[in-house]
Amino acid sequence: MAGSVRRKLTPANTRSRRGADESRLTQWILISVAAIFVGLFLVLPLVSMFYEAFRRGPMAYFAALTQENTLDSIRYTLTIALLVVPLNALFGMAAAWALTRFQFRGKALLTTLIDLPFAISPVVVGVMLIALFGYQGWLGPWLREHDLKVVFALPGMVLATVFVTFPFVARELIPMMQSQGTEPEQAALTLGASGWQVFWHVTLPSIKWALLYGLILTTARAMGEFGAVFVVSNRIAGEMPIPLWVDNLNADHRGSDAFAVASLLAFLALGTLMLKAWLESRHQREEAAGMWITAAPVVNSGESETAFTSNTPS
Amino acid sequence: MARIVRAWLFGSLLLGAALGISCTDPHRLSLLNVSFDPTREFFGEINAAFLKNWQATNATVLRIQQSHGGSAKQARAVIDGLDADVVTLALGHDIDRISGETRILPSDWQQRLPNHSTPYTSTVVFVVRKGNPKNIVNWPDLVRLGVEVITPNPKSSGGARWNYMAAYGWARRQPGGDDRTAREFVARMFQNVPVLDSGSRGATVTFLQRGIGDVLLTWESEAHQALSHAEGLSGEIVTPPESIVAEPPVAVIDRNARKHGVLPLAESYLRFLYTEEAQGIAARYYFRPQLEDAAEKAGVHFPPIVRFTLAEICGDWRTVHEAHFATDGWFDQIQSRRRP
Amino acid sequence: MKQTCKTRRLLPGFRLTLGFTLFYLSVVVLVPMSAMILRGSGIGWDGFWKHVLHPRAIAAYQLSLVASLTAALLNVLFGTLVAWVLVRYTFPGRRLMDALVDVPFALPTAVAGLTLGNLYGPQGWIGQWLIPMGIAGVNSRFGVVIALMFVSLPFVVRTVQPVLESFEQEVEEAAATLGAGRWRTFFRVVLPTLLPSIITGFALAFARALGEFGSIQFVSGSIPFKTEIAPQILIQHLDEHETAGAIAVALFLLIISFLILGTINLIESWARRFQN
Repeated sequence: MAGSVRRKLTPANTRSRRGADESRLTQWILISVAAIFVGLFLVLPLVSMFYEAFRRGPMAYFAALTQENTLDSIRYTLTIALLVVPLNALFGMAAAWALTRFQFRGKALLTTLIDLPFAISPVVVGVMLIALFGYQGWLGPWLREHDLKVVFALPGMVLATVFVTFPFVARELIPMMQSQGTEPEQAALTLGASGWQVFWHVTLPSIKWALLYGLILTTARAMGEFGAVFVVSNRIAGEMPIPLWVDNLNADHRGSDAFAVASLLAFLALGTLMLKAWLESRHQREEAAGMWITAAPVVNSGESETAFTSNTPS
Repeated sequence: MARIVRAWLFGSLLLGAALGISCTDPHRLSLLNVSFDPTREFFGEINAAFLKNWQATNATVLRIQQSHGGSAKQARAVIDGLDADVVTLALGHDIDRISGETRILPSDWQQRLPNHSTPYTSTVVFVVRKGNPKNIVNWPDLVRLGVEVITPNPKSSGGARWNYMAAYGWARRQPGGDDRTAREFVARMFQNVPVLDSGSRGATVTFLQRGIGDVLLTWESEAHQALSHAEGLSGEIVTPPESIVAEPPVAVIDRNARKHGVLPLAESYLRFLYTEEAQGIAARYYFRPQLEDAAEKAGVHFPPIVRFTLAEICGDWRTVHEAHFATDGWFDQIQSRRRP
Repeated sequence: MKQTCKTRRLLPGFRLTLGFTLFYLSVVVLVPMSAMILRGSGIGWDGFWKHVLHPRAIAAYQLSLVASLTAALLNVLFGTLVAWVLVRYTFPGRRLMDALVDVPFALPTAVAGLTLGNLYGPQGWIGQWLIPMGIAGVNSRFGVVIALMFVSLPFVVRTVQPVLESFEQEVEEAAATLGAGRWRTFFRVVLPTLLPSIITGFALAFARALGEFGSIQFVSGSIPFKTEIAPQILIQHLDEHETAGAIAVALFLLIISFLILGTINLIESWARRFQN
C-alpha cells in the first residue's frame, strides 16, 4: 500500500483522443458500475457501522466508550502499540541498513523471512507462541519455575503483535534506502563523521518519509490486530485489546456498545488514511520544491513490491 | 530530526513499559476468576456483593477479575499458564483435566465444597421465536424435519455438553430407550443444527441477533439473560417436561492462589457462593440455588420440571467424554455424516 | 560472515545491524517456529496426517482455497474496473473513490467482520432484502466470499492502477488509426500490457484472503463442512483442548505459507521480466 497510496492521483486524461477513448455512454456505464460497487462494498459497511454506533444517541455512545472496561482496553491497546512500534522501528532500521548497505550470504533468505508475516495466518502465530511459552510448551517448565507469564499476559500479546507487524517499517525503508545509494554516507564518513553520526544526520533525514509511513502502518496494524491476540489473550475484561473487546461485547448481547467501540477503530483507520494522505502531499511538495531528490521507484516492479506491505491477514 | 526520533523511541518505550507495569499493579490484592461463557453478568454482581462485604472489614483494596470463554478453552488456558485463582467452569471434567495435567489443584477438589462443589445448578431449556410458530414443546420436536436447532459445539462449549447430554438423557429414559436409541436421537437432532458456535454466547447471538434457527438449546439462566438483554429482539422460553441437572462446579486453584497470597481469600470467595445473599443473586440470574428457600425469597419462580442427573443416565464425565466428545467419538462421527 | 562480505566495507555497523536483525527475528520468529516444529515432531507422522487429513480439515482447506480464489477473481474483475475508471475518466467524487479503496487496508478486520455480519444479517440493510430472496450473507459460503473480497480488494486496484497510469495512450491511438475497434484495442493492446500487474494483484489478493481470520470469525458461523475455513480448524482444535491437532494443522498451514511466499516471489519476478 505504501508505494501505491503514496502515489498521487494523476489528473485523468482530459484530452479526448480519437479512437483511444470510449464513448461518453460507455464511460458513464463503467463509472456507474464502479461507483455502485464501491458504494455497496466499501461505503455501505462504513455508514452502517457508524449508524449502529450512534443509533442510540450520542449520550449512549459516550457512555459505551467511557465504561471502565472499555477505557482499560483502550489503555491496553495503547500499551501494546507503544511497546511494539518502537521495537519494530529499531528492527526496521537495523534490517534495512544491513540489507541495503552490505552484501552477504543468505541475504535472500533473510529478505524472505522478513516477508513471512505477510503470508502466514496470524492464528498460526498464536499457536507458535503457545507451543513455546505455554506451560505445557517448550519453555513452560522453566517459565513456571521462575513464575514468569508470557502467553495469556501482556508479553504474549506484545510478541504476537510484534510478529504480525515487524515487516512494515523494514519494507518501507528497504526500497527507499536501496534507491538512494550510499554516496552521501560514504562522503560523510570520509569527512570524518562517526558511524552513528552518519546514521542520525545523513541517513535518517533522507529516509524520514518512508520511516513515517512505516510507523503509521505499524501503529494502525498493531492496534487493529485480532487473529494472533485472539489465541493468546487471557480474556480478562480490561486486559483485552480493543478488537477483542469488540468481539466480547458483541458476544455479550451488547451489540450497540460493540459498534460504539468498533467505531473508535474505524476512526483510527480513517485517521490513518488521512494522516497518510496529508504526509504524502507534504512529501510531494517538498519533493517539488527540490528540498531533496528522491529516486522513488515509479516502475511497476517497485509498486508491486511495496503493495505487498500491508498484506498481513488478521 | 535525530533528536526527535531518539526521544520518541525511548519515550514511547518507557511509557509503554510504565503502562504495562501499571496494568499489573502489585500493591493491590487481586483475585482472578476464570469462568465459562454465560456467567459474566452473574459474577459481575456476585463480585460487587463480595467486595462490599470485604471492604467493610478490610483496608486493602481488592480487585476481582473475570475471564470468560468456552469452558474447555478456559481450562486449556489455565493449563497453559493463565493464572486463575479460582475456576468456575461448566462441568467437572474440565477442572479434572486441569488437575490431571498440571497438579496445580488436588484431584479430590470436588469433595472440598458442599454438593460436589456445585453451589447452584441449572437446566437445559428451549428458546423459541415469539408465539412459538413451530410449536416446539418437548424434545422429540427438535428432530422434526424443518426445525432448525441452535446449540454450540459441545467439544468446545461446556454448556453445550449439557445440552447434548440432556437430549441424550431424555431419549435414553424413554420406554425401550438404551444407549443406541439415545445416540441416534442425538445424531438426528444434530442433523437439524445449521451452525455450531464455539460458545453458548455465540449461539445466543446467532439465534437472537442474526435470527437463525427455530429453537435455541441453552441453559435456563442464559435464556433469561439473553431475553432480558436482547434489545428489541424477542423470543420466549419453553421449559420441556424433563431435562438434565446442569452442574457447573467451582474450585480454588491452590498453587496459583498460594503464589499470589490469596488462598484464604479464594476459599472464602467460593464459600460466599453458598451464602444466602449469593444464592439469592444466583436465583435472580435464574441459576437454581441449592438453598431451598433462596428462590422464594428472591421472588423468582422456577417452572416445574423433572430433572435427571448425569449419573442417572450414564455415569461420570470421564466415560461420557471418551464415548462422545473425544476425537472420533460419537459427536465426531455425527459430524462427518454432515458431509455433503 | 566476515569473509563472505567482500564488497564495500566502508560503511560501519554491519555486525551491529545484522546481529540485531538476526537476534530479533530469532526471538520473534525462529525460536517460536522451531518450538512448534519440535512439538509437532512429538506427534509423529501418523498423528500429524490424521489431524491434517481429517475430512473436516480437508473441507476447510477446500473452502479456504475456493473462496479465496473466487474472491480474488471477482476482485480482478471489479478491481481492474475501478482502477480503469479512476485512471481514465474524470467524474465528480473521483478523489473520494480513490481514497475509499484504501479503507479495507486500514480498517481492522474485526470491525469489518462485525459490520458485514450486521449488514448481511436479517436486520441489516442488505440482509433484509437478500434473505427473503434466499441469499444468506452470514453463516454461508457467500458471506465468506464477501468478507474475503472486502479485505483483498485494494491489492488488485493498487497494483493495476500505476501500470495503467504509465500506459502510453499513443499505442491505443495507433491501433485505432490502424482500424482496430475499441474492444479489439482493449483486448489486443491494453489487456496484454496490464496482464502481469493483474496477475500480481490477483496473487496478492489471493494470499491475503487465504490468511484472513478476523472478519471470517464474525461472519462464517464456523459450520463444519460448510463455512469453516482453515484457520478456524486451528481455533476449533484449541477450543476443544486438542493441542496436538492445533499444532499439526498449524505446521501444515505454515508449510503452505512458505509455498505461497515462494510462488508470489516467482510471479513478481516473472511480471518484472515481462514488463521489461
